[in-house]
Formats: sequence, C-alpha cells, structure tokens
Amino acid sequence: MPRAYVPAAIARQPWSVLLPLIALVSFGAAVLDSAAGGRFEIWSLSHLFRFGVFLVVAMIIARLPRELFSKLAIPVYAGLCFLLVLVELIGGIGGGSQRWLNLGFMTLQPSELMKPGIVLVLAWFYSVLPIGETQSWRALLPAAVLLGIPAGLVMLQPDLGTGLAITFGAVVVMFLAGLPLRWFLGAGAAGLIAAPLAFFFLLHDYQRNRVLVFLDPESDPLGTGYHITQSKIAIGSGGIIGKGFGNGSQSHLNYLPEAHTDFVFATMAEEWGMLGGVFVLVVFGLIFRWGLKVATSAPDRFSRLLAAGMTMTIFFYMCINLMMVMGLAPVVGIPLPWMSHGGSSMMTNMICIGTIMAVERWNRAAPRTLS
Amino acid sequence: MRQKLPVTTAILTNRFERRTFVLGSLQTGVGLLLATRLGYLAVAQNEKYQAASESNRVNLTLIPPRRGWVLDRFGKALAANRADFRVDLIPDRVADPDKTMSMLAGLLALPPDKVRDVRDKLDKARGFQPVEVASSLDWEKFAAVSVRLPELPGVIPQRGYSRFYPAGASVGHLVGYVGAASAEDYEKERNPLLITPGFKIGKDGLEKHFEFRLRGVPGARRVEATASGRIVRDLGTREDVPGKPIALTINAGLQDYAARRIGLESGSVVVMDCETGDILAMASMPCFDPNSFSDGIGRIEWKMLSEDDHVPLRNKVLRGLYPPGSTVKPMVALSFLEAGLDPNASVGCSGGLRVGNRVFHCWNRRGHGSVDMAKGIYQSCDVYFYHFAQQIGMDKIAAMARRLGLGQEFPMPYPGQSYGTVPDPAWKLKKYSKEWAVYDTVNATIGQGYMLVNPLQQAIMASRIASGRQVMPRLLLDRNAPLPKPMGFSQEHLDYIHSAMSEVVNGRGTAGRARLPVDNVLLAGKTGTAQVVGLNIANGKSGAWKYRDHGHFICFAPFDKPKYACAVVIEHGGGSGAAYPIARDVMTYIFAPDKAMAVLEDFEKQWGGNVQQRMAARYDAFAARYGETTAKPLPDDEDLTERVEQGRKPAGDPQTVQTEAAAPAPEPEQPTGVTAKPAAAPAVANAVPGTNAGTVASTGGQ
Repeated sequence: MPRAYVPAAIARQPWSVLLPLIALVSFGAAVLDSAAGGRFEIWSLSHLFRFGVFLVVAMIIARLPRELFSKLAIPVYAGLCFLLVLVELIGGIGGGSQRWLNLGFMTLQPSELMKPGIVLVLAWFYSVLPIGETQSWRALLPAAVLLGIPAGLVMLQPDLGTGLAITFGAVVVMFLAGLPLRWFLGAGAAGLIAAPLAFFFLLHDYQRNRVLVFLDPESDPLGTGYHITQSKIAIGSGGIIGKGFGNGSQSHLNYLPEAHTDFVFATMAEEWGMLGGVFVLVVFGLIFRWGLKVATSAPDRFSRLLAAGMTMTIFFYMCINLMMVMGLAPVVGIPLPWMSHGGSSMMTNMICIGTIMAVERWNRAAPRTLS
Repeated sequence: MRQKLPVTTAILTNRFERRTFVLGSLQTGVGLLLATRLGYLAVAQNEKYQAASESNRVNLTLIPPRRGWVLDRFGKALAANRADFRVDLIPDRVADPDKTMSMLAGLLALPPDKVRDVRDKLDKARGFQPVEVASSLDWEKFAAVSVRLPELPGVIPQRGYSRFYPAGASVGHLVGYVGAASAEDYEKERNPLLITPGFKIGKDGLEKHFEFRLRGVPGARRVEATASGRIVRDLGTREDVPGKPIALTINAGLQDYAARRIGLESGSVVVMDCETGDILAMASMPCFDPNSFSDGIGRIEWKMLSEDDHVPLRNKVLRGLYPPGSTVKPMVALSFLEAGLDPNASVGCSGGLRVGNRVFHCWNRRGHGSVDMAKGIYQSCDVYFYHFAQQIGMDKIAAMARRLGLGQEFPMPYPGQSYGTVPDPAWKLKKYSKEWAVYDTVNATIGQGYMLVNPLQQAIMASRIASGRQVMPRLLLDRNAPLPKPMGFSQEHLDYIHSAMSEVVNGRGTAGRARLPVDNVLLAGKTGTAQVVGLNIANGKSGAWKYRDHGHFICFAPFDKPKYACAVVIEHGGGSGAAYPIARDVMTYIFAPDKAMAVLEDFEKQWGGNVQQRMAARYDAFAARYGETTAKPLPDDEDLTERVEQGRKPAGDPQTVQTEAAAPAPEPEQPTGVTAKPAAAPAVANAVPGTNAGTVASTGGQ
C-alpha cells in the first residue's frame, strides 16, 4: 500500500492481518446469510456485529503495554481457574456437562478464555525462568501444573475438544521455549501407548462412539456418522465452482447438521465449491504467516512465545474443524474461526489476534534484543 | 541437545526460530493436506456425492397403481377398487410404539383386539415394511390423524385405493385376496413398490396367479423434502398406469347364488357351460371374506377361521377329494355301452351279490328285482353294476373315467390342486404291490374304495357326458374360442344315458324332488352318497358330523339340449339328499332367477341371515368370548402362509380306505312313489346297518 497517499492513522493499522480477517468474516457472513435461507438478520448481522465489537476489543488489547501483559499473566490465569471451578460447582448442582457461566448480561465460557490464557501464563513462566533451567525438570514441572489444573477441569466438564485445544497451546509454548526435543519425542511415544488405554478406559461412551464412527462413518449412517456423511456429501457435491450462492440443498433442506456453526465450511463448500475452500485456506495461511512473522521478529522471549502460541491456538481451531468437516478427524465441537456463527469463538480468536497485534506494536517500538 | 554446553539466550532464540519454522512447515503441510482432501472430495468423488446429495434432496414417493379389475362374463366386477383413506405405520420411523398406538387408538377409535394385532405386526415387521393400522376411514378420522402428524413420527396417512370384492365371501376362493407384501415377497422381487405403504400384492387365487397382469405400473411423485420430511415443493407427478383387467367366464350372479345356497353346509358347487367348458360358477363354502382378509387378518378372525371344522380356508372345488359314490354310474354305464353291452341286458337284484366269499349289498336291501341299465342308473342299483363290471373289467371302466376327466389334471390358475385317483390293476400293483381283486372292481363301480375325485372333475364328467364334447374347464373369457372336439361317443349311447339320468329326476329315480320348477326345462342328474367311514363306526346319516356321508349330485339341463352342467358336493351332508336340492336351486337360478331367489331368501331367514350377516354374527360372538382375553397371537406372516397352505391341503387319502365290501349307503328317496316324506326321514328308515357284510369283509386287505 503506498503510504504517501493515506493518512498515518490508517496506514499504521496492521492491514496485513485486518484485510484477510475482514475478507474471511465477510465471506462467513455471506455463507451464514445463505444458510439462513437468505435472511441476513438471522445470523449474518450478529456475526458482523460481534466481529466489529471484538475488533475494537482487539485494538484495545493491541495498545496495552508489554509490562501489563506480564503483570496480568498470573492474576488472569488464577481468575480463569477460579471461574472453571465455579462452573464445575454449578455444573455439579445442575447436573450434566456445564460449560457456561451465566453472568446475567451474557453467558461466559471460561474454558474458551483459557485457550489464550494458558499461552499467556506459560509465555510469562518461560520468560521469567532462568535460561539455565530450561533443560531441567524445573522447566517442566511448574508448566505441567499450570497446564494440568485448567486442562483437568475442562476435561471434567466434560469438554474434550477444548481440553485438547488448551493442551495443544501449552505444548506449543513449551516446544518453542526450547525444552529438550527428546521430552517431546518421549511424550509422543507415551501418547501412542496411552491413547488406546485412554480410549478404552477414560473416554465417555459418546466420545468413544464418535471415534469409532469417525473410523467408519457408514457404520451408522443415521446416527453419529450422519454428521460426517452429510458433511462429505455437501463438500463433495459442490464440485469445483459449487452449486452457486443460495443453492445449497444440503444446508437448506437441513440434511447438514449445524450448518451455521461447526459445519459452516461444508455449507460454504457446497455453494462455492473447491474454489471457495481454497480461498478460505489461503486466507488462513496469510493470517498464520503474519502471526509467525510477528513472533519471529518479536523483541523478547515473552512476546515471541506469546505471539507464536496465539497463532498456533488459532491454527488448532482451524485445523481440527476442517479435518472434522472433511472426515479426517472425529466429530468434536470446535468451530471454524471467523466463519462459524458464535460469540465465544469470535471472542477467543479476536483476543489472540489482539495479543499478536500488541506484539507487533512492541516490535515497532523496541528494536529486537536478545533478552 | 548437548547437556554439557551452557544454554544461552542465543541458543534458545536460535532454537525458537528453528522450531517456529518447523511449526510453519507443519501448517503448510496441514494446509496442503486439507486442500488435497478438498480436491479429492469435490473433484475426484464429485459424481458420487452429487448423486448422494440429489437422493437426499429429491424424495420419490411411489403411488401404488390401481389394480386391474376382475370381471365376470357380463362385465360385472368380482374384484374392484374403491377410493379410501388409510393410515399406515413405518416401524423404523416410529419412535415410541406404545405412545403412538395409544394415540392412534384414540383418534381412530380402534377396538383393543385390533390394537393388539397392530402391535404384534409392528414388533415383527422389518424396517420399512409398512404396517396397516386402518383403512376405509372416513374423512373426520383421517383428518384427525393428519393434523397430529408432527406428534406421530412414522405414521403415514394417505388416500389411495383399496381392493373391494362386492360379493365378499362368495368369491373368496375364486378370486383370492390381496395383502401387504411379506418379507419373502420383497426378498424375491426387490421392488421398492412392495414396501410402499398401501400397496397390496395378490396373496391367493387369481389375485396371486395374475399378479403381474393385474398390478399395473406405479405412479410417482417427486418432491423436494427436508431432512425431517417436510415437503418444500413438488417437482412433478407421474400418473399410475392401472393394471389390466381380467374377464372371467364366471356369471357373478350365479356364483353368488351358489355360494349363498350352500348355506350352513360345507361344500362346493361347480357350474359349467357343457358346450364350451366355460366355468360359470365355482363356489366353495364356507369361505373367508376377502375384503377383511385384504385388510390384514385379525386375531379373532384367524381364530374363527382356523377353528372351524368346515375348513373355510380350503378351496374344496380344487383341493377337496371325495369318493364320488354313485355319481360315477352314468360314466360306468357309458363304458359298458361303449364296450358293447346291450342296455337291455338285465340282472336280478335281491339286495346283494355274492362276490367270491363275500356278499356285496345293494343300498336297497329289499332288492330292485329285474334291473336293466336305465333302471340301474335311475334307481342307482348297485347289484347291476357289481354284476356287469365284473363282466366288462376294470381297465375299460378306468379308461372311461379318465376320458371323462376323473383323476385328470386341468390347467386351472390355482396353486396346489388335488387330482385324486382312478384306480386300476396297474395302479394298485404300483402303489400297494398287491394284485387287483374283484372286490376292488366292485367298489370302484359304485365310486367307493380307492376312487377319489374333486368336484371340478365331477363337473367336467357331467359336462362331457352331457355334450359328448371334450370340454376343458375355462376360467378366462374367450368368446372366439372354437367349440371343443366331440369325444367320439355314439349319440345313441349318450341319449340312452341322458334319458336314464332324466328319469332320476323326472321319473322313477332317486331324486324326484330335484325337478326344476321351470316349464319345458328338464334336469337330468345322478345322485351319489359316499361313505366316509365303515358302517361299524357310524351309520353315515346321523351322529358325529365328521362321520356322516358325503352328498353328491351331478346334473345338466336342459336334458334334451344340454347347455349347463353342475356338480355339487356337500361334505358330511348325510347323503345325496343334502346335495341335489342345492343343485336344483342353482340350476333354477339360470333359467328363472326370481324363483330361485325366493327359495334362497326363505332359507336364509331360517339360517340367520345371509353369508355376511352370519359371518358378522359369528365374529361378534368370538369377539365377545375371546376379545378381552389374550387370544393366541396371530401367526406371523411366514407362519400364516404356511398354515393357510396347510388348511388348503386336500383331505388326503381318506382315513380308512373303504375297500372292503362296503354296504352302499342308501339313496335318499324311496325308489317309487314316495314323495311326501322329508328327505332325511326315509333315508334313516332305510338304513339297515350292514354288520354282516362288515364282518365277512374283515379279512379283506386295504
């Protein structure tokens, strides 16, 4: 963009992420409009409105100083853990899986906030950890405790998808913090052994069933496999250029479940075809490339880990959602960032973006050091 | 990592950059994987998924075709269709059977036994095989169900056509019935039409035999529907092509009359055009009502039919086998004539004839005096036939029996017919490895012993004797068919037999009361009384129903210009006296329907109503007795087919083959001049138990 012709206030904005975001959200709004049968006000309007609100929130986060982030890491983390316990207690009273906290004016899902929260607290932890200790157990044990509390609480809800997302964010931060590679390889090997055990002893029946059906969706075409089968039909029938805007029969005739939330990508692909799908992938690619670029040019260890961790958290969302929609992963309730209709995921993702934008601002303010 | 080197910030930063690069590559890799997968689904497998999406979107509803009508020879409907409202259940889609059924029972006012029947079927039905809840509904009930559909998943109300048999039970065995296709039918045919709610397949009789001709081509309605089945828009409707009608040779009025005239008895009536072979009536009673059978057989109805000793499920015309008794005598006499016997040759009847060391009695123990062929027929003198049969020989008699149709197979469009036996020496040797004995001949000439026929064969025998033509039974109307070839009998011989048979009815014979109340039309006939068990068990006239003699009558009219032939068999009627009044009235119906109807209406008043009314009363009695208690549940579809099949099996060989010197059962009427007495009384008076004959014959083999 030729800076000379635009006002400084506008030129200063991080357009390399805002443009892809706006494209993605607008496209998402169009898809939601079609999924609602051409009624813009059902989902699209609130989708755009939330984006606007959380964009402002992200802008505000982006203006916060680095010190505030470091100082707030522990209180924010502790507060979120407290909310998770609270959710657990209320859930214990209410019975069943409790994920929401009713604040009166809105419903809050603390586990959602914990995704950026865990990245923040671990980035802080490794930034204060003496360099020499990174190869010892002292680098692992506190991090494991910091991760274990929220992850355990979320899994108890039970919410496997969010639990995995939190764990993934934490592991990425540990990985980037320079912990010995052999620990990760060892953990990976242990995971391979533990997975079958967990499958048979830890998972709930409905979760186990989801995994089984994922392995063979046709075994239960009208039950749990229905989601995967119908989603694949929607994507596959779209072809290269799709059935055309507003012509998706799978979504309009309700064959596709959750057409406006978890399976919004299938709704899109049916009407826009493979071209639409590739467009979404490319836009996501741009966002992730921006995130990692911000991370690598960050001035210090804390902001590096923070930016990379936030990027990978968003990536995890996208990756699991698209794999699920295309039949490469079991059905877990994880929405597609900026396209699925839903306030919580919009909030989490915009907090991540706001944090990365903040790191980008610090980059410009302070030249890169080795601290 | 090398543990010994001190870790510095530079190393960690370097490590961070390397690892970030790894993660970046991971993202690219995942991105490529997703793009590839997307391409695979959307491009490589596009066709498959497009088809799947289309089959999701478009809902094809088959419209069951209207079944072809079954018509009588005048174009009157024996089986038709009528528009109705119906309600079906698709078991797979019913979420809560108990709740659904209790709601439906309330809306449709179903009686408790019907609810249980539907529950039984619902439990047994497989997947998408529809179960009929009710049909022939009025608009109010239909609408009541229709508006509550959202609460009733799996319930399908629709308007369509159902099979309707105007004559009800009278045509049950003739036409058959229809029903929902069973799992086996579907396995065999794999046609989605079979599991379309409201579609019925021919289950028995002509409905089954001409299934493909009657079926027609289903219509289809293509709609765009949501996943929950709500119809978004109509994409087009193709009309059904109704099945082709079949026209029968049956005279619907005569068929109904014959069936009703059998009354409370268990029996069959066959009326044929003896010139062409057209079957004008073919009734077997009692019978099931094909209308209610076609709606699905209820448990009370099933109990009622399966416990009836008159076997309503058996088509007695084609599956009933009976010793023909004296009705074979005109046939035997014809064989004598064709063998060259002088009809005036006489034998003295003193009430019995010694054959070897046994005495074979004539039915009239006082004897008939001097008997020639005509008297042998009209008085049904057994001794005459005992005597000359020995002279002519069994082979000639058996050949004539077969020539006239006994023991022969006729290509009728019904499954599982029984053809009976015409015994001769070769047959006996093969079947029992025993030599033919003289007493076998003696028994065969009076239609007892091994000889077994079905009523259709008797009607054909009567037709062939009447017209002298080789008539074949014909059920499908063909007005252009050439007349059958003559049999090659001498007309003189036929005339002789005809006049002797006329004498049976119009002169000094055994069935004087069979005279037609029609001017200028004389009936010619022959009575027959066939023993079921030896006289040492029962006398055949009274006592346990199942031991009573079968009553037979064959006849034709007019006697001088034969046009119509008829055979009547009344199971355990106690003698021919039960059979010929029915034959008389049925033949009267052809010439003077009003007179015949007047007689029938009198009878039906005594019997407690017509067939429908009697069956309804019987059903109500059963329902009152068993409706509340847990009656035996209905057999499931396969089982039912099997059991109906069993019920249809021929009576088989008689329990005890009467090959001994049977004492022929008395003919019902006094030889001469007795007119005033009721039919049964003289029969009993004449029944002199032939115990001596029985003891003498006790050494006889079977």
